[in-house]
Amino acid sequence: MTSLPAYPSAKRLGLVIDLDVCVGCHACAVSCKEWNTGGYGNALSDQDPYGPDVSGAWLNRIHTFEVVPDGGQVVGEASDARIVHFPKSCLHCEDAPCVTVCPTGASHKRAEDGIVLVDEDKCIGCGLCAWACPYGAREMDVAAGVMKKCTLCIDRIYNETIAEVDRVPSCVRTCPANARHFGDFGDPASAVSTMVAERGGIDLMPEQGTRPVNKYLPPRPRRPLADSAPKAAAVDVSGVTGFFAWLDGVLERI
Amino acid sequence: MHPALSVIVFTTVSGLGYGLAAVLGLGALDAAAWPTRVAHVLALAAISTGLLSSTLHLGNPQRAWRAFSQWRSSWLSREGVLAVATFLPLTASAWMSVIEGRYLPLWGLLGTAGSVATVFSTAMIYTSLRSVQAWHTPLTVAGYLSFAAAGGLLLATVAAYAAGSDMAPRLALAGIVALAAAWAFKGAWWRRQRRMAPISTPESATGLGAIGRVRLHERPHANENYLTREMGFKVARKHADKLERLALASGGVAPVLLLAAATFAGGGLAIALALLAVPFHAIGVLAERWLFFATARHAVMNYYGR
Repeated sequence: MTSLPAYPSAKRLGLVIDLDVCVGCHACAVSCKEWNTGGYGNALSDQDPYGPDVSGAWLNRIHTFEVVPDGGQVVGEASDARIVHFPKSCLHCEDAPCVTVCPTGASHKRAEDGIVLVDEDKCIGCGLCAWACPYGAREMDVAAGVMKKCTLCIDRIYNETIAEVDRVPSCVRTCPANARHFGDFGDPASAVSTMVAERGGIDLMPEQGTRPVNKYLPPRPRRPLADSAPKAAAVDVSGVTGFFAWLDGVLERI
Repeated sequence: MHPALSVIVFTTVSGLGYGLAAVLGLGALDAAAWPTRVAHVLALAAISTGLLSSTLHLGNPQRAWRAFSQWRSSWLSREGVLAVATFLPLTASAWMSVIEGRYLPLWGLLGTAGSVATVFSTAMIYTSLRSVQAWHTPLTVAGYLSFAAAGGLLLATVAAYAAGSDMAPRLALAGIVALAAAWAFKGAWWRRQRRMAPISTPESATGLGAIGRVRLHERPHANENYLTREMGFKVARKHADKLERLALASGGVAPVLLLAAATFAGGGLAIALALLAVPFHAIGVLAERWLFFATARHAVMNYYGR
């Protein structure tokens, strides 16, 4: 059924991504690809994998942005610009437009935990869900002809055959900087809910009306570059006359 | 958005087919005349061709039957259900005309209603996507419906002149009105697209707008991917102005002049003039449909700096 479950559901599983901490190493994207090519559904295929035009389906991609404050300068090392690494995967939206447009019922949002999934045996590969998603969270697997997306590692988080510490999405388990956190946003006392409350977690493109579950923690404020520059104490030379006044003038000029 | 040939052909050809079927369903033409019989077959052929071509871009077309199941939420599913349901009255009307030379108002009007509803659903597939702001307007629906009506009236005019019917000049006049309405809606659609402020920006897409201006510094990958191929098409925006004028000239001005000339000419010359208007109109609509997809910007491109 591609109608959305009544919300807010009691349990809303998702990720918190800390943009202050992410170092842009792409390890989460690689471990995601590795786990999910052998996990839920069809393998994540690549086309021309060893050739010049390699491309394939990824469920997680890392963009890097430059942010320049108003009036800030972008000049070499003295720049006010800052670099923000930005991992992007499915946000498991509460008003997921990718779910309601699906004509076959393959795309669905689970009422029990809010995970948005594709039943690949029902998917006809029309691609409309990828058009409906403003975030680019869905990519067609060209080999299998079905739509792929983040499953929040549904085959890890409920998997009692692996150690408890591993029962989190692969990207979260891998992140060497601890920039990714997994938890239940339906529980106001959970670690992810607390983090979002303390750091002012934000929704991406709230104007699209999708009500994403995943939240991003904005980078912490940075001091302007000028504040860090060493300040030479001004020396008062008024009243100096003769040779030293001449010397002061010469030294000023050179 | 990537202008997939299968989808452009589907919307253009099935639009013409449903337009013609809707006009035939109103019973304006003599059901027993041979041009009317040809028109019935032509309408069904155009609709079938369009629907078949729309399955060409599917990854797993053998499961296409599943698309009839989610009509409660999905406009694509509704379109599929309505398209199949509308075949019933359209085939019945075509049978009555081609085989028995009769017009049955009930089946005819049901066919007209079904045709309008199917084109409406096609338009709603695009209109309902907030992620593509240019499409997210009632003008999209108005455009699809009026282009289908204009194409249908144009083809019906050819059939009426060929049958020597008194209705021909009136159908030609209706066609001129529909053409004017369609291109007026399209003009408004283009103006809106050009003037609208984007609702989503790199700042809102990253949530970093509170810090400052956001610019893509490094892409996630060196090559194109599914998203940039499917939604990062921007060649068209460069030549949009020229193509818009060409589309209007071929699809709007030329058919209006030819139809007007046909009403004055009458007889065999009128058939030729009205017939000549058809390819002009079809080429104009194909160009318009190509622009509809190719110039539309998807919200995800805020992450790709396009």
